[in-house]
Amino acid sequence: MKLQPGSPGARIVAIGEHRPTRIVTNEEICRNIDSTDAWIRERSGIITRRFAAPDETVVDMATSAASKALAASGVAPEDVDLVLLATCTHPYQTPGGSSEVQDRLGAINAGAMDINAACAGFAYALAVANDAIRGGSARHVVVIGSEKMTDFIDPHDRGMAFLFGDGAGAAVVSASPTSGIGPVVWGSDGSHVKTITQEPTYTQIQQALANGESLPPAALRMAGQTVFRWAVTKMAPVAQRALDAAGVSVDELGAFVPHQANLRIVESLVKSLKLPDTVAIGRDMETQGNTSSASIPLALSALLERGEVHSGQPALFIGFGAGLTYAAQVVEVP
Amino acid sequence: MALSQQEILAGLAEIVNEVAGIPASDVQMEKSFTDDLDVDSLSMVEVVVAAEEKFGVRIPDDDVKNLKTVGDAVTYIEKAGVTA
Repeated sequence: MKLQPGSPGARIVAIGEHRPTRIVTNEEICRNIDSTDAWIRERSGIITRRFAAPDETVVDMATSAASKALAASGVAPEDVDLVLLATCTHPYQTPGGSSEVQDRLGAINAGAMDINAACAGFAYALAVANDAIRGGSARHVVVIGSEKMTDFIDPHDRGMAFLFGDGAGAAVVSASPTSGIGPVVWGSDGSHVKTITQEPTYTQIQQALANGESLPPAALRMAGQTVFRWAVTKMAPVAQRALDAAGVSVDELGAFVPHQANLRIVESLVKSLKLPDTVAIGRDMETQGNTSSASIPLALSALLERGEVHSGQPALFIGFGAGLTYAAQVVEVP
Repeated sequence: MALSQQEILAGLAEIVNEVAGIPASDVQMEKSFTDDLDVDSLSMVEVVVAAEEKFGVRIPDDDVKNLKTVGDAVTYIEKAGVTA
């Protein structure tokens, strides 16, 4: 059997973002829950978030972010070999959203698949892209995180309603003579499967419909304290392992771009990792909320836009969320 | 030798000060974490995580919600059999 030669390395060559236009304040959220702006800021760091328009879909946002990334990269759509869409809020079991994105991008020669690793999805998809390029299955991969969280959040759930926002971020990953994406450190702890989960399930809804019964709408539920505890105790060692695997010290880091779950988790990780003041910290949740798999590319995009991190600097990514799943890697900023 | 209640209280006060910025002297046995010390649910998790490490005990999530006062936490840690 013949094998195709791989590339010695892969790197992110460009990123793109899509932020919905509607800005939603904590005051607006508090029309549905018994809470206050101060309470929400204190526990999450979130000041505003963005909600997609009713007819704005995961695929729309993904296509928008990916188009911008492709334009910035100079890679022609027909040269893309693979489209990876990380999402947990595409509202279809079948088909995935990636094929429609591939079609709309004009990436006529690309394969396409969705990856659901919840809030860790982007870091997983980036690792898969890196391996596909190094293994010779692709030269150019479009990696996207796109989420319409608002379709899966109960606006009356006091512990959830204020946390989430909608949006998409994308990266073009291309073959390179040197590596700009470090080894991934990933894992999962399925014993915590029920700590963040959709209820009721699709099957329960179908059965209720068949029996003429009514169920509450499907929504994500979370055991907030348990997840917080897991994140603040287990994720710093994962991030440290990703740094060690890449051979990058905290002093060399340009930016720390963790999943934007909650500012309190981010601050705890910064402290545990003993990151020096020279490291720019992703704090995009303050104006974007938690956008699940979109949060890492959106946060990186914001840091680049503000000039807090520069091309060529190493950045540490770590995604973590429902599953529970996690993945971390060091990347060179495009 | 097992730590005394006073020693556990002093250690816990240090943790609460570190996590929530509350003066250690305010951390007294009868004080409620939420009502008196303004320790919110996330800070409480951080206090528990730090206490587990400092005192070498396990405090499962299900037990955390029963630790209403500083005294509850001190007693819990004492009963968990802390030794210096």
